[in-house]
Amino acid sequence: MVEPLISFRDFSFKYDSQAEDTLKDINLDIYPGEKVLIAGASGSGKSTLGRVINGLIPHAFPGVIKGSCIVNGKDVATSSLFDLSFDVGTVLQDPDSQFVGLTVAEDMAFSLENDKIPQSQMKEAVAKWANTLSLNDLLKSSPQEISGGQKQRVAMAGVLIDDSKILLFDEPLASLDPAAGLKSMELIDDLASKQNLTVIIIEHRIEEVLHADIDRLIVLRDGKIVADDTPTAILVTEKISQLGLREPLYLGALRHVGVSITDCQDIQHVETIKSPVIDEKLKQWTKNVELSNSVKESTDLLILKNIGFSYDNGKQVINNLNLTIHRGEMVSLVGRNGTGKSTLSNLITGFLTPTTGEMLFENEDMSRLSVKERASKIGYILQDPNQMISKTTVFEEVSSGLVLRAVKNDTIQESVYDILKVCGLYEMRNWPISALSFGQKKRVTIAAILVLNPEMLILDEPTAGQDYEHYTEIMSFLEGLLKQRELTIVLITHDMHLMLEYTTRTIVLGEGHIIMDDEPAAVLTNDDILKRASLAKTSLYTLADRFGLPSADDFVAKFIESERRSR
Amino acid sequence: MAKQLFVGYNERNTFLHRLSGSTKLIGFVSLSIIGMVTFDTRFLLGVLIFSIILFWKSQIKFSEISFIIKVIIGFAAFNLLLVYLFAPGYGISIYGTHHMIFGNPKHYFNLSTEELLYLFNVLLKYTFAVPLALIFLLTTEPSEFAASLNKVGISYKISYSVEIALRYIPNVQRDYRTISLAQQARGYEISKKANLITRAKGAIQIILPLIFTSLDRIEVVSQAMSLRRFGRHNKRTWYMARRFKSADYIALLMILIIVVVGIGLFKVNNGRFWNPFK
Repeated sequence: MVEPLISFRDFSFKYDSQAEDTLKDINLDIYPGEKVLIAGASGSGKSTLGRVINGLIPHAFPGVIKGSCIVNGKDVATSSLFDLSFDVGTVLQDPDSQFVGLTVAEDMAFSLENDKIPQSQMKEAVAKWANTLSLNDLLKSSPQEISGGQKQRVAMAGVLIDDSKILLFDEPLASLDPAAGLKSMELIDDLASKQNLTVIIIEHRIEEVLHADIDRLIVLRDGKIVADDTPTAILVTEKISQLGLREPLYLGALRHVGVSITDCQDIQHVETIKSPVIDEKLKQWTKNVELSNSVKESTDLLILKNIGFSYDNGKQVINNLNLTIHRGEMVSLVGRNGTGKSTLSNLITGFLTPTTGEMLFENEDMSRLSVKERASKIGYILQDPNQMISKTTVFEEVSSGLVLRAVKNDTIQESVYDILKVCGLYEMRNWPISALSFGQKKRVTIAAILVLNPEMLILDEPTAGQDYEHYTEIMSFLEGLLKQRELTIVLITHDMHLMLEYTTRTIVLGEGHIIMDDEPAAVLTNDDILKRASLAKTSLYTLADRFGLPSADDFVAKFIESERRSR
Repeated sequence: MAKQLFVGYNERNTFLHRLSGSTKLIGFVSLSIIGMVTFDTRFLLGVLIFSIILFWKSQIKFSEISFIIKVIIGFAAFNLLLVYLFAPGYGISIYGTHHMIFGNPKHYFNLSTEELLYLFNVLLKYTFAVPLALIFLLTTEPSEFAASLNKVGISYKISYSVEIALRYIPNVQRDYRTISLAQQARGYEISKKANLITRAKGAIQIILPLIFTSLDRIEVVSQAMSLRRFGRHNKRTWYMARRFKSADYIALLMILIIVVVGIGLFKVNNGRFWNPFK
């Protein structure tokens, strides 16, 4: 019998800073060579479980341990963090923070330097792993010069260089664009088999991780293991959605059209799932559903004409960009990192001044408006709420924009209370901001902008790093705002599901101008655009293609519409 | 954009670029010390000429450093003025003679050749080390800084903090820009349009979130470092360290000779001061 590599026995853990156990009665064995996905909603304890495996618990996060956790023969409670690091290589969620060297090569060699390995051996090891992970051309690059996917490869090289046999990934998809995420999963898959690794992936995005061949899926909820089986065995049931996670889209779609997943084989991948009835059910459903073609009356809100922008060093970031945003739209703005999505929003909000072209807002020339004046028309919400919040209580934070505009005190209180009610924060108005969850903080930042009564909001990655439940919470909130307050919303996003489900129009930015402007479903069927913008197809398209539906575009549009209706 | 205050490494192929960072650091530090101690004008002039020749050899362009040079000139001039104003008779008391240009040694304000020589020495002290410092900064790869500091005896944890600072300065700058823009949109005025107090208040609104964001980052970075065994041993090796080559030994020998000459002059001069007035 093979001995488990990692073994939890009746394991519980309580952080010193918390009142209750974060992990409760964990019993878990992970065997050599397994690829395991640990999934769970935010606060389920999945990251804590990862910290136990790599030794950060109890060494960096003190707390009370009950039971035992043995990693490759070492008891985590008594071994040092350094000893454990030889067995477990950890790739943290934010590869940028993990990158401590000034260049790629130095970062790769970091742990060897700490082990006092002579320089010549380090150079050999770096060359070897640079080869394996195709980092040869980047060895002298600084972290500012390389993409998120490349940084993640550097992080992998930096831990694989120790020859550790267990590789632990904490939310590896969180900071990657969709195409890079898929590539990363393929790479992990490939490395695992070539290097005989045991891989543990902590993620809430189940579908994307299952793109790799995962052997086991473990789901946590409230600190307990609630599912531990092969992905197939768990996917057959509806357990995943019941646990507040998102089940793979293609499975949801098949259930929706009346296919029983229990009768299907090879359900782990959309490329392999089969059953004699899928074909017929899909075609039948598509035929019977009619798309509601509601043509909306649209008035132009924001018009950009021939906008061009280049930095002082002469680098042209935006050229000849034309765009019209209509009132009441929810639009997604997508594109590869570094194509100028943030530059574009900075131009609209007035942080940057275009070198050519003109911008009209409600037919008024915007060039005469200051940043502050524009902010009362167009609100911009950063991805990280911590970067926006500068006051200590909810009320102060939300009112600060009005205070600075010298609005009278009574009026301030009235408008702030109104907005807080809209945002579901009224009960928390006197709470310290530090006591709020991420989603609540996000709502505070949105409320702080809404109180200025803008007509349009630009949100940068509003749901990044959020599990399905919080994602739905934020997006339904935005959808509600759109309807109640006749707002216009532009979402900058990497999330293909979000773009499909919630937005009615997608603008694809590439090489400094708009390379496509169409319905989300149409964007996702255009292979050329997907490649240029580093996007990924969703499994719905693969499903439609595989089972020969006349138009994948049409099927996806219908499915999304019926999902929306049932929401 | 603000002028570049932090001078940066530029890759060129000169013998100075090829020297190990430690050699350059040792040279800079030891020449600075001997130069600060001595008041031998001949020696200081010699070292100044030596460092200017080295600077010329390093092929650093004046445009790369013009800003920092201007700052240093301004600072040195201001300093000399203050040195004179606070003790116009200091030169006389050092050299023991008085060759007056104007005024009377009994009055507070006077000017003597002795004082001029003293001030000239001070000026030389300010200037001779500047090319050396710039050579160290501009011909040493930033990656090699930490290794060089460690090699001259500074603990590796402190040395590495220099590297970490260089690594994350761009991140903090980016955070600062993002936060500042978001706060400006809320209505905080930090441009020159607002008065000083408003601007100061606006700046606080940026600094608080910036501190919190940076603290979060520090926590993650230190976890990432300990997960890769930073701090495990009392010593560590450096991927970017340069081994001493014969050129380094020759350079160190030259530095030693200069330092020995400097010390030898103490003996000749019977003290730190070279006195041409005797």
